[in-house]
Amino acid sequence: MGWFKRMTEGIRTPTTEKKETPEGLWYKCRSCNHVVSSEEHANSLWVCEKCAYHERISSLQYFQVLFDNNRYTEINPHMISGDPLSFEDTKKYADRLQASIRKTGLHDAVRTAAGNVNRKKVVVACMDFQFIGGSMGSVVGEKIARAIDYAIEHNSPFILISKSGGARMMEAAFSLMQMAKTSAKLTQLSEKKIPYISMLTDPTTGGVTASFAMLGDVNIAEPGALIGFAGPRVVKETIGKELPEGFQTSEFVLEHGFLDFIVDRKNLKERIGQFLSLIKN
Amino acid sequence: MAVYLEFEKPIQELQEQLENQKQVKEKSKLKSDDSIKELEQRLIETKKEIYAGLSPWQKVQVSRHPERPYTLAYINAITGGDFIELHGDRGVRDDKAMVGGFGSIDGKTFMFVGQQKGINTKMRQYRNFGMANPEGYRKALRLFRLAEKFNKPIVCFIDTPGAFPGLEAEERGQGEAIARNIYEMFNLKVPVIAIVIGEGASGGALGIGVADKVLMMEYTWYSVISPESCSSILWRSWDYKEIAADALKLTSDNMLGNGLIDGIIKEPIGGAHSNHVEAFESVKAEIIKQYDSLKRLKPEVRVNNRIEKYSSMGVFVEGD
Repeated sequence: MGWFKRMTEGIRTPTTEKKETPEGLWYKCRSCNHVVSSEEHANSLWVCEKCAYHERISSLQYFQVLFDNNRYTEINPHMISGDPLSFEDTKKYADRLQASIRKTGLHDAVRTAAGNVNRKKVVVACMDFQFIGGSMGSVVGEKIARAIDYAIEHNSPFILISKSGGARMMEAAFSLMQMAKTSAKLTQLSEKKIPYISMLTDPTTGGVTASFAMLGDVNIAEPGALIGFAGPRVVKETIGKELPEGFQTSEFVLEHGFLDFIVDRKNLKERIGQFLSLIKN
Repeated sequence: MAVYLEFEKPIQELQEQLENQKQVKEKSKLKSDDSIKELEQRLIETKKEIYAGLSPWQKVQVSRHPERPYTLAYINAITGGDFIELHGDRGVRDDKAMVGGFGSIDGKTFMFVGQQKGINTKMRQYRNFGMANPEGYRKALRLFRLAEKFNKPIVCFIDTPGAFPGLEAEERGQGEAIARNIYEMFNLKVPVIAIVIGEGASGGALGIGVADKVLMMEYTWYSVISPESCSSILWRSWDYKEIAADALKLTSDNMLGNGLIDGIIKEPIGGAHSNHVEAFESVKAEIIKQYDSLKRLKPEVRVNNRIEKYSSMGVFVEGD
């Protein structure tokens, strides 16, 4: 009599659930564990072909999705934060910035560029979550402000893709005032009757939701994104009970009337092109 | 029974001595009040000394002092009671954490809007601790538009620990409500003055805080987050609030030094809670002064200056 008895024959763990997937070559869906080659994953615009989970992607990847032939001109690509408060928590903000710049190859949490979407010239600002949680400090505010100036100067529609935890604490009130600054610029854009499409992606919370992200002529979102003012943990602590299923998802926000539509990434470019045509013609 | 903060203990002791002396004098019918005068002098000196050396965290504590005057107290005092409170956002309900209405200062009508905290335990709950829901911000916006329609200048009193982070607040679009207010405040053609009278916490404060002149009372704070929450997020512990208060540069002098506000309103010796009447007088005088200079500008100049002021906020390096 052995210690163990095989009850069923054969190995039943699907290979997709095996843990050792080599980095780089393969992509395993965070939602359904489906595995595809990285190349296929890129071809489906980083959306899971099985469950349609939209992976969080970078500004460069969104530019690739949107701009014709992936051609565009970046605006103010080298601007970096000035650390106005010489802020220090467990780490110096200056060091944190340097580390983030080294690690991500980005200069701050937003990239702005001009180019064509379906042969229509546009200005796109896109946030990068990898850079200190996509937080908004002086650089994010200034780059968005200048992108709006550029859009006004060239009479180009403005598209802003948000992906942010909110204002950047290490720039304290300077960060807070970026909410006012970006909103002020949007009044000037609106004055010129230039369309502004705000696209909310996973996640968009805090001071970004409470300023430019909610101020689009149309607000649109990717499916399943976390969108809210207070983070879910804070809301949970406030009400002292579990949050309802689907709370603060794109679908929830659409249902409550704060989004115009939800768009799959594969249709994004076409829908934006269509919207701009309808406005223009 | 007066409330004293920890660092106000010497003030409390002197105050109690003073009360005793006054009682003794009363009973014994003594003519001489030299000792009382001396105590009163010492009390003033002690208050001055303590308040001159407050740390940022201590200022945060003063800003939350339960005996500090709140928005409606300021409005009632400044208007001498010539004030009609207006209610409701015309959509959901009347938010008790946000108050407002028309009132007059020396015969000139203003629209007053502000967050309202409660004066006792029951009222604090009723006012939701000064944390407005989306309907509060929408009520404020409704009142701003009313002011615009009748060409009345706007005065906002900021005193909030933050916009309410509740479930229904999310359902009704807390983010959108604040964003809309910030945006629309840039379109207002009438003069707008905002005064932080207590706590100026983040988007909840800015939602009624875009103004031609933003002023802070001396012992208040204004920042992107409270020192406690900042401590909990960046240090992963509640124990670093003093250090966080320091790091955030949230006091009135820091905010003025960084060019993020336009002025400071001096508080009475020992803070606004120790002398309401004097605090009301200072605020009233400042409103009149600011309004007198703002009304000389053309509306489009005011709007332009307002946009320019906020557009220039931020510190960055151009890079190559």
